[in-house]
Amino acid sequence: MKTVDARGLSCPEPVLLVRQAIAEGEFPFVVLVDDATPNENIRRFATNNGHKFEVVEEAGEYKFTFTK
Amino acid sequence: MVDERLLVGYDSSDDAAVYIASEEIAIIQTLDFFPPVVDDPYDFGRIAAANALSDVYAMGATPTTALNMLCFSNCLSLSVVRKILEGGADKCMEAGAIIAGGHSIEDEEVKYGLSVMGLCHPDKIRRNDTPRHGDVLVLTKPLGTGALSTAAKADLLEPESVHLMVETMARLNKNACEASLSMDVSASTDITGFGLMGHASEMAGKDDDTTLVFESQRIPLLPQALEMATDGILPAGAYRNRYFIGDRATFADDVPLAISDLMFDPQTSGGLLLAIREEDIEPYRDAMRALGEEAWRVGRVCPWEGAPIKVI
Repeated sequence: MKTVDARGLSCPEPVLLVRQAIAEGEFPFVVLVDDATPNENIRRFATNNGHKFEVVEEAGEYKFTFTK
Repeated sequence: MVDERLLVGYDSSDDAAVYIASEEIAIIQTLDFFPPVVDDPYDFGRIAAANALSDVYAMGATPTTALNMLCFSNCLSLSVVRKILEGGADKCMEAGAIIAGGHSIEDEEVKYGLSVMGLCHPDKIRRNDTPRHGDVLVLTKPLGTGALSTAAKADLLEPESVHLMVETMARLNKNACEASLSMDVSASTDITGFGLMGHASEMAGKDDDTTLVFESQRIPLLPQALEMATDGILPAGAYRNRYFIGDRATFADDVPLAISDLMFDPQTSGGLLLAIREEDIEPYRDAMRALGEEAWRVGRVCPWEGAPIKVI
């Protein structure tokens, strides 16, 4: 599965990488972030634009899995 | 050391220090500086100065003198430094304040700002935490500079939106203050890094006797701010502000998340939030329009309703 590693990146980059991955259309894919801000921002972007995702938090890292 | 002449100091969350020099004169002293928020050095200088001067206007005072504070790296060309200082000087001139000097040091990251002195009659000083029940809340600049600055970093904005963001941040709160000087303003603050909600929380005070009720549909927003908030283009500060305020602000279920996010969005050189008498709101808005600016009625000061801030 394709993984977008956005750990250590500051906003708005993680959201833009998610946007790009969705545009590329290879579902499912995983996005990793390690900060509360991209976690919130990706949730908002995905929810408001109707994209399906699940997110698991572990030790301060967030693993998003986007499906079609 | 306690000096009774220090009217507003470190122990309150007010915008500046106020020192009573005589029965007629109160001195307002402020300092604010930050790293560049926009690419253009002249605009950065204008914005940093408007932001530093804003604390004086928030207190209902008149800026008189200012001192530059500049950090710059050796690799920065002198023309860039000159443009930053020109931007600051032009804004101070517009404010009627004299730049009387300043200090610069070498630093890896550029930072610019000013320490501003203002004068006011001691009886006319405006506090930020004394809103009167029944007053209406008026805001003098639209929100969204934090979200838009984040978006601008990635070139996500229309040029017109960037232009309006820059001009909004560079605008002095001079007119917003002066148009209200003839009015009985019960509380006044400027909206900066803590966002509308953070500064409103300070205005509501800590006594649990006042609730500021905001109407979310009346909150003015910069072009594309709602779009950016909806798309998750928000700065870390917006989430920090929300976390910090916690349950001091309550939101009705039907308030859109993007609007509430923007109410926490950290502002650079934001507008004034004033509590004024209901009968003054239209004369104030007319006075602002006559000066080419706008003011928005955004809420009301109410007796305690369970939290310092309620958003409907």
